[in-house]
Amino acid sequence: MTDGATGRARAGAKTVADLLRRRGEQIAQRWADLPFFQAVFTVTRDEAVEACHAVVDSLSAVAESGRVDDLEAPGFQPIREQLIAMTASRARSGLSTAQVDREVGALREAALELLAADAPEEAGEARVQLVTLFATLRVMVVDTMLQENQEIVLRQRQQLLEMATPVIKLWDRLVAVPLIGMLDSARSQVVMENLLEAIVEHKATIVILDITGVSTVDSLVAHHLMKTVASARLMGAECVISGIRPAIAQTIVQLGLDLGPVTTRASLADALEWALERREGRDLPTRGNP
Amino acid sequence: MNHAAQESIRVPIRKDTDLTVVRQQVRALAQRTGFGLVQQTKLVTAASELARNTLLHGGGGAAEIRVVHGQAGAGLSVSFVDSGPGIPDVDLALSDGYSTAGGLGMGLSGSKRLVQEFEIESGPDGGTRVTVTSWADPYSVGHGVR
Repeated sequence: MTDGATGRARAGAKTVADLLRRRGEQIAQRWADLPFFQAVFTVTRDEAVEACHAVVDSLSAVAESGRVDDLEAPGFQPIREQLIAMTASRARSGLSTAQVDREVGALREAALELLAADAPEEAGEARVQLVTLFATLRVMVVDTMLQENQEIVLRQRQQLLEMATPVIKLWDRLVAVPLIGMLDSARSQVVMENLLEAIVEHKATIVILDITGVSTVDSLVAHHLMKTVASARLMGAECVISGIRPAIAQTIVQLGLDLGPVTTRASLADALEWALERREGRDLPTRGNP
Repeated sequence: MNHAAQESIRVPIRKDTDLTVVRQQVRALAQRTGFGLVQQTKLVTAASELARNTLLHGGGGAAEIRVVHGQAGAGLSVSFVDSGPGIPDVDLALSDGYSTAGGLGMGLSGSKRLVQEFEIESGPDGGTRVTVTSWADPYSVGHGVR
């Protein structure tokens, strides 16, 4: 940018800063009736107007500093928290990021109209600065929403991983793992770790892996199940897989999967019965030969 | 169910979590097309295998799910398209237990047995399109369920 252009840009930004300061009250009054503010501050209109003032002041400060295209401009700092709360509120009412972005975009009109009325002769460069400033505000809002979503997704993924893999002690030395959803590589790793720890903790000799809640058993799921069974066996625990529904049984056979050495049962009840008989059998010799 | 003829969905396959979307969409469309539980489970399982192949071997691509109407009535056709290296020897890839990804090697061959129609197009220049078709009621015109 040449010195002349830089100078014009700075002058334009200054015009914008002055406009926002001078016309702050009018802009705030108009914004308070727009959905972005009105739908969030539903209790009193004064509350909405106050929030609008905060945004106008902040934009004015950013324009004053001449950093209208800088997301990190200090002028934005005071309203960051407020925008996070407002966008979260809009998202909760079911609006998509694009819809919220459009609502924020609508804020620009009021300022543009007042600029045209107040300073028609210098409107050219000031207009560019004003448009850039609002574009930056929109980017900031979208960025805020995306970051929030990202955090929610991460949190939920973590919760899902832990929630979906409980190991339940059913009887002395007998534990069960009810598997739910899809057994992908990450999930099966967690299942395996939890199970092996539980085997040690409960001194388990029999494990029931219940797949009633697993929607699809494909070759990868079967592979994971067999690896889990094999590692439990290495630790001295015998596994039985239960919850094999008719449709799953037919699918496994046609897919050509061989669960050969693994004991399977149709229902959890059958597996429990098998496990208890097995325990009896195992305990008998010790009872017989004290 | 005539309106179902236009139904077609394209699901991108770029990452692991997309496989879940493929399974869910195939299941939902199969249910709407009148698939019974067994037919549904088989098609979803085949789709799961093939979508994973698209991701692992094809480097990602897409699944195209559409409702079709044939002599056997309504059915579902799912194509898995990628622009990866292609399959050099389709016959070998289709044999049980052959795997280049350290799996059980049952994905491709097993999927073929789970559906009524199975077609692979893979050129030497790369790119693979696997299309499977399953009918809601396979018994109606002697599409025997093997």
